[in-house]
Amino acid sequence: MSEQTATPAKRTIGGKLLIAMPYLWLLVFFLAPFLIVFKISLSQIAVSIPPYSPAIDLAEGWQGLVEAFREFSFENYIWLTEDALYWKSYVSSVVIAAISTLFTLLIGYPIAYGMARSPQAWRPTLLMLVILPFWTSFLIRVYAWIGILKNEGLLNQFLMMLGLIDEPLVILNTNIAVYIGIVYSYLPFLVLPLYASLERLDGSLLEAAEDLGCPPWKAFWKITVPLSLPGVIAGCFLVFIPAVGEFVIPDLLGGSNTLMIGKTLWVEFFNNRDWPVSSAVAVILLMILVIPIVLFQNQQQKMSEKEG
Amino acid sequence: MTRGPTWFNITSLVLGFSFLYLPIVLLVIYSFNESRLVTVWGGFSTKWYASLLQNEQLLDAAWVTLRVAFASATIATVLGTLAALILVRSGRFMGRSLFSGMIFAPLVMPEVILGLSLLLLFVAMGTARGFWTVMLAHTTFAMCYVAVVVQSRLVGFDKSVEEAAEDLGCPPVKTFFLITLPIILPGVIAGWMLAFTLSLDDLVIASFTTGPGATTLPMKIYSQVRLGVTPEINAVCTILVGLVTIGVIAASLVTKRQQVQRERDERAAFGADG
Repeated sequence: MSEQTATPAKRTIGGKLLIAMPYLWLLVFFLAPFLIVFKISLSQIAVSIPPYSPAIDLAEGWQGLVEAFREFSFENYIWLTEDALYWKSYVSSVVIAAISTLFTLLIGYPIAYGMARSPQAWRPTLLMLVILPFWTSFLIRVYAWIGILKNEGLLNQFLMMLGLIDEPLVILNTNIAVYIGIVYSYLPFLVLPLYASLERLDGSLLEAAEDLGCPPWKAFWKITVPLSLPGVIAGCFLVFIPAVGEFVIPDLLGGSNTLMIGKTLWVEFFNNRDWPVSSAVAVILLMILVIPIVLFQNQQQKMSEKEG
Repeated sequence: MTRGPTWFNITSLVLGFSFLYLPIVLLVIYSFNESRLVTVWGGFSTKWYASLLQNEQLLDAAWVTLRVAFASATIATVLGTLAALILVRSGRFMGRSLFSGMIFAPLVMPEVILGLSLLLLFVAMGTARGFWTVMLAHTTFAMCYVAVVVQSRLVGFDKSVEEAAEDLGCPPVKTFFLITLPIILPGVIAGWMLAFTLSLDDLVIASFTTGPGATTLPMKIYSQVRLGVTPEINAVCTILVGLVTIGVIAASLVTKRQQVQRERDERAAFGADG
């Protein structure tokens, strides 16, 4: 290895500019917007365009800044704790995401296991089949379920034809439909990391267990499950984190009493036009998600250190 | 783990893949339904596809979406590839952890937050909202996906080829275009395609950041879906699913062929050596 690639001293002006470009882009279009959301969450709603009165006016200089700090109001946050709608939305988002993640794991594990145990020649095709739905539009995949789950939809028609039920099951516009939507949309996110860790599993361990007289189900619990745990954890995080803030699925498949925070934020913003409160909702949602995101990052880091 | 597939494994694969594919297959089948009622089969017909061609609003939206997707995917690919090079090659620099944090955060951030924050930025800057704001917003989150895809390609990269070129006096820019880029090209192309489809798909961020005159196809589909399921939407969805499927399969065939070709070249090169 030559040292020239990693020495900052050798970096030319052109090189610095190259680093600066994506860096600046993200500072302007990713970090700055968050600071603005935070700022607006501390201001008051106003009947104007834009519909809030700014909390900081930079034009007034230092004096304005001091003034602004005095005028910061945590009213929006207090409002969030007072109105039951908000904390119920947060709790129910986390609960719905957790239940859906569990079901995704129950359905995804056999698929990943079957893939890892399939003949070598099948695996690229199977992998491709898991990835392909991920490329097709999210909205379309959610939409497809409406026609299936409706009262006069295909599932009810099918079950009534079989004579299993006499009356259509009410599934659309309930939380069950939301679970189905999340499991369906996020299944590839769980199957892929799980498959990766199951495929790496050393088959000789299972053979050794078998030779020593361990029944297959016990070998599965004692060997396969613990060794696939990193994949399980990574997959569950990849489903849980985006599911908490999901908007499209609860909006199209859920009913009016399905509370999820992404939907609450949307309604607050587009229907009630209350920008400060929706900003405060976003800030708290972010704070809730920071915990699983940091846990996920740590786990990934530990994994790559172990491999490296 | 290569033992013959058991019945249990085959069953779970069949059930799993039917779960993944059945809804899309049903959607496609019912786009050819004669009846206006989506769930009652009334015979085969392509009339909904014909009526799509007359729906000017929908065609407009499709055109806007394609332009946004093309522009944002292209800029995102340039920025994302640069970001990946920085992450893998640059060693330590000021604010490195902030940078990698900003690359990874949008991947797990809820779309409602990204959309809301970008809209508030555009309002604060006083920008007129429309095509450009949607394009900028899509570029921002797509470049992070591109960076991750290209980064995985760069990690398995044999740096000695690059160093050889530089030792022979090749200027860095030329080295990049003659050596680095061709090797990471499959990653860059995959990144562009991912960015393109993400932009094509996005409903939430576009809804927040758009303005008058820039309605995208997902927004159009969404507003019609809220009114009810119609065969016409099924037809739009079928066309989109068809395009994406063809694109992904074509791309995977191309990369497979390139890989075979490269392996053959490498073997030939080593054969000539020894």
